[in-house]
Amino acid sequence: MSDVVEKTLSALPSLLSLDSQAGAGKLSPSSKLGNLIKGITELTSKHEEEKLIKKELESIKEQVASPNTTMRQMKEIMVRAIYCEMLGYQASFSYIHAIKLAQQGSVLEKRVGYLAVSLFLNETDEFLLLLVNTVLKDLQSTNLIEVCMALTVVSQMFPKDMIPAILPVVEEKLTHPKEIIRRKAVLALYKFYLIAPNQVQHIHSKFRKALCDKDPGVMTASLHIYLQLIKENPESYKDLTGSMVTILRQVVGGKLPLDFNYHSVPAPWLQIQLLRILAYLGKEDQGTSEMMYDVLEESLRRAEMNHNITYAILFECVKTIYTVHPKSQLLEKAAECIGNFVLSPKINLKYLGLKALTYVVQQDANLALPHQMTIIECLDHSDVIIKRETLELLFRITNAQNVTVIVEKMLEFLRLTCDDYSTIDLVGKVAELTMNSVFSLGGDVMQPDIPNNFLRLLAEGVDNVEDRQLRLFAVDSYVSLLQGVTAKLPQRFLQVISWVLGEYSYLREEESDPGSVMRLLARLLDQRHTSTETRSWVLGAMTKLCSSPVSVALARDVCERYLSSLYSGSLNTVLRQKAQELMILSQDTKLRARVLPAEGRLESLEVDSSLSFLDGYVSEALAAGAAPYKSPHQRQEDLVQEKALSLEPYGLSLPVSLSSCSITDRLTDRRSPTLLSMSSGLSGNSTELSHQEGSTTLKLEGVKRVWGKDGYLAQQQSAGETPTPLVELPNPLLSPQSPPSQTQKPSSGLEPDQEKRQLASSLFVGLGSHNSVCLVRLPSTVWLFIKHCQSANQSHVFKALFKRFYINSCQSISCISGSPLKEVKGHSVSVCLHTVVMKRASVQVELAGLLSYQRPLGQPQAAQFSLSLSLKHFLRPLTVSTGDYGKMWLSFSHDLKQNLRLVTTEHQEPLTATLDALKGKLHLHVVDIIGSEGIVACRLLQGPGQGQPCLLHCRVNADSLAVWLRSPVPELPDSLLYHCQKALTET
Amino acid sequence: MQFMLLFSRQGKLRLQKWYVPLSDKERKKISRDLVQTILARKPKMCSFLEWRDLKIVYKRYASLYFCCAVEDQDNELITLEIIHRYVELLDKYFGSVCELDIIFNFEKAYFILDEFLLGGEAQETSKKNVLKAIEQADLLQEVCGLCPR
Repeated sequence: MSDVVEKTLSALPSLLSLDSQAGAGKLSPSSKLGNLIKGITELTSKHEEEKLIKKELESIKEQVASPNTTMRQMKEIMVRAIYCEMLGYQASFSYIHAIKLAQQGSVLEKRVGYLAVSLFLNETDEFLLLLVNTVLKDLQSTNLIEVCMALTVVSQMFPKDMIPAILPVVEEKLTHPKEIIRRKAVLALYKFYLIAPNQVQHIHSKFRKALCDKDPGVMTASLHIYLQLIKENPESYKDLTGSMVTILRQVVGGKLPLDFNYHSVPAPWLQIQLLRILAYLGKEDQGTSEMMYDVLEESLRRAEMNHNITYAILFECVKTIYTVHPKSQLLEKAAECIGNFVLSPKINLKYLGLKALTYVVQQDANLALPHQMTIIECLDHSDVIIKRETLELLFRITNAQNVTVIVEKMLEFLRLTCDDYSTIDLVGKVAELTMNSVFSLGGDVMQPDIPNNFLRLLAEGVDNVEDRQLRLFAVDSYVSLLQGVTAKLPQRFLQVISWVLGEYSYLREEESDPGSVMRLLARLLDQRHTSTETRSWVLGAMTKLCSSPVSVALARDVCERYLSSLYSGSLNTVLRQKAQELMILSQDTKLRARVLPAEGRLESLEVDSSLSFLDGYVSEALAAGAAPYKSPHQRQEDLVQEKALSLEPYGLSLPVSLSSCSITDRLTDRRSPTLLSMSSGLSGNSTELSHQEGSTTLKLEGVKRVWGKDGYLAQQQSAGETPTPLVELPNPLLSPQSPPSQTQKPSSGLEPDQEKRQLASSLFVGLGSHNSVCLVRLPSTVWLFIKHCQSANQSHVFKALFKRFYINSCQSISCISGSPLKEVKGHSVSVCLHTVVMKRASVQVELAGLLSYQRPLGQPQAAQFSLSLSLKHFLRPLTVSTGDYGKMWLSFSHDLKQNLRLVTTEHQEPLTATLDALKGKLHLHVVDIIGSEGIVACRLLQGPGQGQPCLLHCRVNADSLAVWLRSPVPELPDSLLYHCQKALTET
Repeated sequence: MQFMLLFSRQGKLRLQKWYVPLSDKERKKISRDLVQTILARKPKMCSFLEWRDLKIVYKRYASLYFCCAVEDQDNELITLEIIHRYVELLDKYFGSVCELDIIFNFEKAYFILDEFLLGGEAQETSKKNVLKAIEQADLLQEVCGLCPR
């Protein structure tokens, strides 16, 4: 550009504003775009808009195809096409014309053509190949504007394979006399480096030249490349540290032209870029870090003004200071700076302060201490983003003492935002990580349901990438733990490790030798400190891993030693049985193939909940004169009635035995992994069961008063929950926020009213929601199993509290038997069992009821609850022979036909896969599969004995499944079909 | 930066610039989700969002929302200033910019953006230089507008 032109430019803005086409947004009613936009704003409905745009697109289509349309008109048309695309309508027919415009138009038309191309297409589009020659031509043009446009589009998007074609020309531009061209060329090369690093390797020396360019803009642009290079390989660029420090010092010292100032701060973008580069260079490198201490300090000092942009620099500076090799003086200043962020009334700064804290507490947990109150406030902040960041921070300062409270807070958050998948992901990971640190710190004194919940978390969920990563992460971290010294790890943690390794080791199998996990487990067995219980978990894991020849050999070796005279003195039958099983398994290849199918891991296991395979045995026994089976609950009742024996010592076993003979099911219909592993057919034994009771029910800890006036009340919690004294472990993260002296009696100093509210809130947390009511599935009926938990230190308040539990009868559901509420001694829970059946088949039923209770010195009160039960809970498999099925089919009158979606998997026929999915989700019985047809049967629970059946006939029809349902009950086929559809769409 | 969106209080998209290759369908889904999420937030709330694996930085100027998606390690505050600088540029160019300017002259808004950010990175942060480059190109337009066709 000549000087003359440049002078004219200064007068331009005023010129432009007078113009009707460009400039100060004068509505251009004459232009077609103006008409279109106005037309749209006048419309009232989406439908009308659609109609108008459709008409517009048709007219555009006609015009672009016409040979009489000039390039000038084409430019105007293209703008309209861009507008339509922005509104969300497809104008793909115009893409080719956009390229044509860029190819053939004059400079201005080209500009719009390039813009349209960059908005319409992306890197992978084949259309872009048509643009390569045009770009090449423009790059070589003598018109600077054309070169700029070409460089802009190239750094926007360019097909990877075509880079070599234009690379020499772009490289040439690095020495162009105009700095704007040099700058754009550097950025284009940066883009090339990102998409195809190998192709620009030979020009690294030219990057250095760009770094030393006399124009600060070109130098700044080259830092993008260096940031990337240094991030990937800091070692090779240590020699640049001096230059970077010098540049930063000059920038901070205000040596750059004033043009680069932003709100009177010198080149903030450049400063931040340099700080990031220094962080990568100085990380874990004392020598390099020492070179930058001075300039970092100066940056901190200079960035004092109270403006957003200085905060941006401060934040980056703090991050760098905490990333490079530490220097206490700087750290102190940085911590002070973080304090200013956290205490700021501006919410953005507060957020960043929390973020910075999250980052720094990993180095020094004490840093969070001065901000305790702010953190507590933020925990209840109305903005979820702040809340979430606070939880992240809490997660970093988690230790054995505050874990319960923090996890509780996290769950609370999770409940509030259950629709946000990323939140669930985050909290899942958070919980997982928490478990690791906590298991190793205080594992043995923990309540048994914590590890069980953790295992459930791991096993639950669809088999997506995140779950796999989570599992793989767990496996990897456990393997490295086992490779270290295991003697100090708590037994319970070792058990969790064994289970996880047994289930998920296959995820890492590809990359490591299959025997390594096996050897680690075997080593555990040999160690003296490993308890019998843990040994049995380890053996269980080995059984699951016993697939490759190496592991088989190892397993056999272990078993031989175990069963040999050395261990024969061991009285533990469980261990013996497990070892024996493993022994047999390791010797029998065929059995192994059957029990441990290679691809079977991902399928959920089939559990015959009716225990029908025992029918033959039972009838034989009955014939031989045995007494008919009574459920433990019935037995209990009988005994109570007879008053024959004092049951005191056995009272505890009630919920335990219940769970042991049933397949438990939370309302979410997911099996707990501990039970899953038990029912996997390898072994089930009572020792294991007695530890598992926690997994069958959900305990609602009466966590309240998490934070007191003076801070954190975590100590009270853990002291209350664990009767055994906490084992003192050397713990660097030991939270200083929970002074052990801080305990508070809930009832003494409080107003009666307040106390009541407190009581109510802790008691009825979740009552009325699904949480406190568990469904236990038994062979003949659905049981409602209701538990109330109280934290141990409050039990005196609640004693004899629950008086009656009552279920409302309604049209579709009835309660056929129920037991009174009973407090289970020592478990601080009350339990009652009700049997519920569906009177009329329907998709879903509401169960409502009343729980009355009384405090020792108070009026009787009542609380209502409700719970929705789906038909699924009342369905049971119906085992019939094909012949019987045929007879029943003919006798049923109510039928229904419908096409359903087929499930496709890799390993199975679509029909089998679909039926398996139905069987898994709805507990149906697959009677037979012949060719493309399958027959399925189920029944509805209705009081004692057999309920009403429903038969399904399924046939594969092209890509859908034609299902024909028949039942003697009119409503059943319809409701069942609804659940089938739902089950299949969820698969 | 991964992308930048401008949308109105009614949720109408006014400008979209994608610096990562995404299919049309993905773009639409992302902008729909984000517009919804951001419009649901109250004015006093934090300008930063963690959304999927991205960090969203947004700010409202009059009736327009400016929203940028950056990577995790990027500096949120400086991204906020990028938005601000872009608004300053628009303001200077159009002379006290309003939503209508951007609706009717959106291609100009794109040209300014391209001169300010290149491939998702700030290329020229000097207000003077960006406008100079734009005006040079515009000048050609004026000259050619007078040319007989």
